[in-house]
Amino acid sequence: MPEVETAEPMLRVERLTKTFRIKSAALFAPPMELKAVNDVSFQVREGETLGIIGESGCGKSTLGKTLLRLIEPTSGRIFYRNRSLTELSRGEMKALRKELNIVSQDPYSSLDPRKTAGYLIEEPMTIHGIGTKKERKERVTELLNMVGLDYYHATRYPHEFSGGQRQRLNIARALAMNLKLIVCDEPVSALDVSVQAQVVNLLCDLKKKLKLTYIFISHDLSVVKYISDRIAIMYLGKIVELGDEAEIYAAPLHPYTEALFSAIPPESPFEEKRKIRLTGEVPSPMNLPRGCAFSTRCPRCEPRCREEVPELTGVGHEVACFLAPVQP
Amino acid sequence: MRTGMRQNANEAAGETLLRVRDLRTHFFTGSGVVKAVDGVSFDLARGGALGIVGESGSGKSVASNSIMRLLPKNGRIVDGSILFEGRDLVEVREKDMLKIRGQEISMIFQDPMTSLDPVFKIGDQVIEVLRAHRRLSNAEAWSEAVKALTMVGIPEPEKRMNSYPHEFSGGMRQRVFIAMAIACRPKLIIADEPTTALDVTVQAQVLDLLVDLQREMGTSVILVTHNLGVVWSLCGAVMVMYAGKTVEYATAKDLYRNPLHPYTWGLLNSMPRLGAGKEKGKEKPLAIIPGTPPDLRLTARNCNFHNRCAYRGDVCKEEVPPLIELEPGHFAACHFQTSGGRLTRKEA
Repeated sequence: MPEVETAEPMLRVERLTKTFRIKSAALFAPPMELKAVNDVSFQVREGETLGIIGESGCGKSTLGKTLLRLIEPTSGRIFYRNRSLTELSRGEMKALRKELNIVSQDPYSSLDPRKTAGYLIEEPMTIHGIGTKKERKERVTELLNMVGLDYYHATRYPHEFSGGQRQRLNIARALAMNLKLIVCDEPVSALDVSVQAQVVNLLCDLKKKLKLTYIFISHDLSVVKYISDRIAIMYLGKIVELGDEAEIYAAPLHPYTEALFSAIPPESPFEEKRKIRLTGEVPSPMNLPRGCAFSTRCPRCEPRCREEVPELTGVGHEVACFLAPVQP
Repeated sequence: MRTGMRQNANEAAGETLLRVRDLRTHFFTGSGVVKAVDGVSFDLARGGALGIVGESGSGKSVASNSIMRLLPKNGRIVDGSILFEGRDLVEVREKDMLKIRGQEISMIFQDPMTSLDPVFKIGDQVIEVLRAHRRLSNAEAWSEAVKALTMVGIPEPEKRMNSYPHEFSGGMRQRVFIAMAIACRPKLIIADEPTTALDVTVQAQVLDLLVDLQREMGTSVILVTHNLGVVWSLCGAVMVMYAGKTVEYATAKDLYRNPLHPYTWGLLNSMPRLGAGKEKGKEKPLAIIPGTPPDLRLTARNCNFHNRCAYRGDVCKEEVPPLIELEPGHFAACHFQTSGGRLTRKEA
């Protein structure tokens, strides 16, 4: 929930595009282009959680990394508190990383197995030259407590922790700085349900305590709904629908969103789901359809959809579909 | 079609196809005996579907692999029985087991990327299964394989017979694998996390396919998963496993309406719900089960769940709770539930 309704959003993304060049299988053929993120625009307000949902390969992780310039965008602009991130030098960007960070998906590969937990949490502070050695050690204990671990865990190595605990370490590492915005890239996907609930609760607590802003990337719709204030749905590198969490779940406007929701497994054995089954699978992002990206699988597709690309339009609840009902 | 395959799922609901009693599979490792499966019991009706749910490490995959007798060298079924149509699979010789695997019982695995051989055409892989179990001519095997691919909804099956696995997407590969599993029309399919590696929309397609096949062919299904939603969409009965033991076994509806074991309560509560409306700014925290599962080398002395249970008493630290039928068809292993003084579930 936004604490203050400020006029200027915390993060503003304008027409962001990331194109990867992929070598062709044939020897002298020109490289193919893969549009992982295709002309994406949105805003994130201070203190809110924006959920990004999509199936694998839709570009949601690339989007998350591009936002922090961990991957350089091909075109488009990103404004953080009115500073254009895309124009900052490496040094300026490094300084800004104290405020922006990412928690990645896999709690097993994202921690160096040869370093102790204490070292790993201290490392970002060392890199940014924060505090004296003693202050940093104190801060490590404080951070461990903050994420529900104890001071004695600082001397342990990553393999001595369970998956949930490692994800807590990752969060502690991200929080070591004076953090404002965290991109959570599938932070709970690799965890069991009961552990997943613990980490989700921790993220919610920290957000309240530290007034954080999250961009929460996941393919798990129920987790995203639980944690997010607003939701963006991605399909093949584009945002197809964006709006308030409650509104989107109550009345999805884009046919892909509808199909996605109807594919969620039922919540009880008594629930009879309305089934909208999509045929086929997501087309390759190297060979996008000419018109609307979803036109190849859309049950309501019209001739126009195969020719033109719909823009994301609307106020509050935005949707990129020619056939969506026009909003007042 | 062989006898027994034609039966409708509803007609045959009373007949038991598989009866597992007190199954124990242990692994003998350098650091001790790991009791991966330590007391699993359930029944599966002919044509029925059973979901085995539990967290990772709860022994659900080992339990299903034990039914197929697919265990690594250091693993052994040390106790219990697996009665499949009255025959105890624990006692069956390895030679006879080869005939049962693939023909009577077949398996679908989690990862469609690694479970198909990348250097053989998918047609050849389906034919291999058929010819291993049935005496068929080349032409018959080919047409049977095409039939199997048609059943799982692969477009242009004749043409696709000559494709290699890398030409298929994840969902399509899982369909091919299901085609291999049903090619010999087995009586039981064990699906070990069949949709975990797939996206939601593709997952829904594969689940629909399993439901259709179960209805059409009257095949029984054991679905191993950690996702309760998947269980609700497919299974009539559910067995909940914790630290190698069956803690609760009931029909899906009973388990959802009236769960009896505190672990099941925790599991149901910790699922975030789409339906639950939330008021802005005061989301209820998700209910959690504190702590972590026990070391499987140190279990079997008390209730495995006692260190995480909010309702524990002294007896839980002393004795192993037996699995008892508390209501008709509803089993649970909890000291308090079985001793008469029933616990009630605290609202999350």
